[in-house]
Amino acid sequence: MSTPYAKLPAWADYGLIPLINLSVAFIVAGFVVMLVGENPFRAAVILVEGAFGKGTGIAFTLFYATTFIFTGLSVAVAAHCSLFNIGTEGQAYIGGLGIALVCLSFDSVLPWWVIFPIAIVAAAAFGALWGLIPAYLQAKRGSHIVITTIMFNFIAASVMVYLLVGALKPAGSQAPQTRNFLAGAALPKLNWVIELFGAKIRSAPLNICFLLALVMAFLVWLLIWRTRLGYEMRTYGHSPKAARYAGISETRIIITAMMISGALAGMMALNPVMGDQHNVAIDFVSGAGYVGIAVALMGRLHPVGIVLAAILFGMLYQGGAELAFEMPAISRDMIVIIQGLVILFAGALEHMFRPYIQALFASVSPKSVGMQAVKGTGA
Amino acid sequence: MDMFNAIVQVLDSTIRLSVPLLLACLAGLYSERAGIFDIGLEGKMLVGAFAGASAAAVFHSALIGLGTAILISVAFALVHGFASITHRGNQIVSGVAINFIAAGSTIILGQAWFQQGGRTPALQPGERFEAINWPGAEAIRDVPIIGPIYAELISGHSILVYFAFAMVPFTWWVLFRTRFGLRMRAVGENPAAVDTAGISVAWLRYRALICTGVLTGVAGAYLSMVQNGGFVKDMTAGKGYIALAALIFAKWKPVNAMFACLLFGFLDAASIRLQGSPLPIIGKVPAQFMQALPYVLTVVLLAGFIGKAIPPRAGGVPYVKER
Repeated sequence: MSTPYAKLPAWADYGLIPLINLSVAFIVAGFVVMLVGENPFRAAVILVEGAFGKGTGIAFTLFYATTFIFTGLSVAVAAHCSLFNIGTEGQAYIGGLGIALVCLSFDSVLPWWVIFPIAIVAAAAFGALWGLIPAYLQAKRGSHIVITTIMFNFIAASVMVYLLVGALKPAGSQAPQTRNFLAGAALPKLNWVIELFGAKIRSAPLNICFLLALVMAFLVWLLIWRTRLGYEMRTYGHSPKAARYAGISETRIIITAMMISGALAGMMALNPVMGDQHNVAIDFVSGAGYVGIAVALMGRLHPVGIVLAAILFGMLYQGGAELAFEMPAISRDMIVIIQGLVILFAGALEHMFRPYIQALFASVSPKSVGMQAVKGTGA
Repeated sequence: MDMFNAIVQVLDSTIRLSVPLLLACLAGLYSERAGIFDIGLEGKMLVGAFAGASAAAVFHSALIGLGTAILISVAFALVHGFASITHRGNQIVSGVAINFIAAGSTIILGQAWFQQGGRTPALQPGERFEAINWPGAEAIRDVPIIGPIYAELISGHSILVYFAFAMVPFTWWVLFRTRFGLRMRAVGENPAAVDTAGISVAWLRYRALICTGVLTGVAGAYLSMVQNGGFVKDMTAGKGYIALAALIFAKWKPVNAMFACLLFGFLDAASIRLQGSPLPIIGKVPAQFMQALPYVLTVVLLAGFIGKAIPPRAGGVPYVKER
């Protein structure tokens, strides 16, 4: 991420600017709420209360956050290698296929703690394979990864519909989904953790995938900043030329990065499939892969930022559901707008406010932006 | 004779289904030829469809609807330009953002304004573009071969259909026979050279994006005011992405774009027509396979197995003036 701009102090770079971008996104979203004829401040209060006001709300918020941590990490790993993986959606969908195969085969014979690891491997493997083909085409034949991954999202959707109305559908059923998994494929809930803090929970789907997501966030941090492979990926991301000069194999690095990205995307499916619905249904990913783009950009591609951004989006999802209840004019699709605005202001217009902030810093204290103080003026 | 009529019918729906693709594909052609990737075709079509149907329903005029569709779609194109030209942001990120904003805002505003679950009111005659029957179409309908072809295929479409197909030679002419077209192609290949010649890179790219906005607006208006008679949420249903695929398939050339869109439209029409009935020789083809075929074909093309698709060289790279 080299920028043609002068340096700012780290706290401004990683705290202030994202905060300003985010605020602008929410202010614009507020205008949309006003356009609909509701009070944006009341909407914000309902949203936050819905997400964190009650134990059930918190559990739901964290459940959604779990999904977004996976997809956010998936987008981020590829992005560190300067690959824009829009295919997270499709990779997660196909990951669900892997889980379905494992659960349908073993759920009557094995306990959850044996099935879970197998399902993790299957989900990751299926997701990684769905990422492998675009990666191979990018590395070997120069096909633009953005276009191929978009195409693969659609192909994944067709494949899954084909299987879910055909081979995977139990005989005699009309609904395009697999049969419900037995108890062996249901993951334990984590709601008791929140209840430890004295909150009451009716029923919420928060499950151990949340812990898996946090472990993955840590592993991604380890991979990107503490291993040779991560270093090579970042090198390639900064400058493919430099990477080639340093003897880093382009093919290997692209394929590895995309397979890791695909694996993380595939693992996302564990959360809704094994933790909540206990079956694989049509379109169960429902846009979480695309949310991952917003989450990764907002988290500035750092796992800590991604976890925080995922919780924010989890809050929007849960609070948004409450909001739709309280304000009939606003449906859950409000979140889609906010998501778009966040992507616009934190991603595409990332540098819009930077020159002004730099000017401000430069005028207040020239040292902070790395300028030499002019002799004779003190400072 | 039944076979022949069936073929004419499939070809007729091929034309209807490929029009939105064609308009969006030509829209993408303008921006990508000028060096701006545009993932946001889908979103711009969607806001166009929504704005068109809403304005037509409120003001009881198809033309006002079309104008509004174009206006709003151009506004979204300019946001894309503001992010990717003025602020040199990532063009793909900006396009993705536009798609989300479009998807969300059309539903929210539609629900707030019309309270019909995200739909706009059904358009009455006069609020939508009617089919134009060419002279003599009814008279020769019963003449074998020529009759159905003239009456079904050539006559009996709305003005926007003819507009879409007229845009193909027009775009070719603009691109390869005008100064603006030459400069636009140049700015997509080598913006530094254009800049050296004293021509504003940013202004050229903005103009290309305005063309994109106009065409996506018409594409959206076609969806909601011709094909459907009202806006339904998410009615573009991935057409913007298929158009993008068609653009690559056409190797960024207008006439090829028409054939690519007709091909993808035909696949769509054929899968609707077949609906699980068996084909000769191949046997039964699953509908999902037909739906996935445009994407598979594009991937195969991108992989370089059927010719090589070489995008404009400066595509996706923000232009930074040398200092």
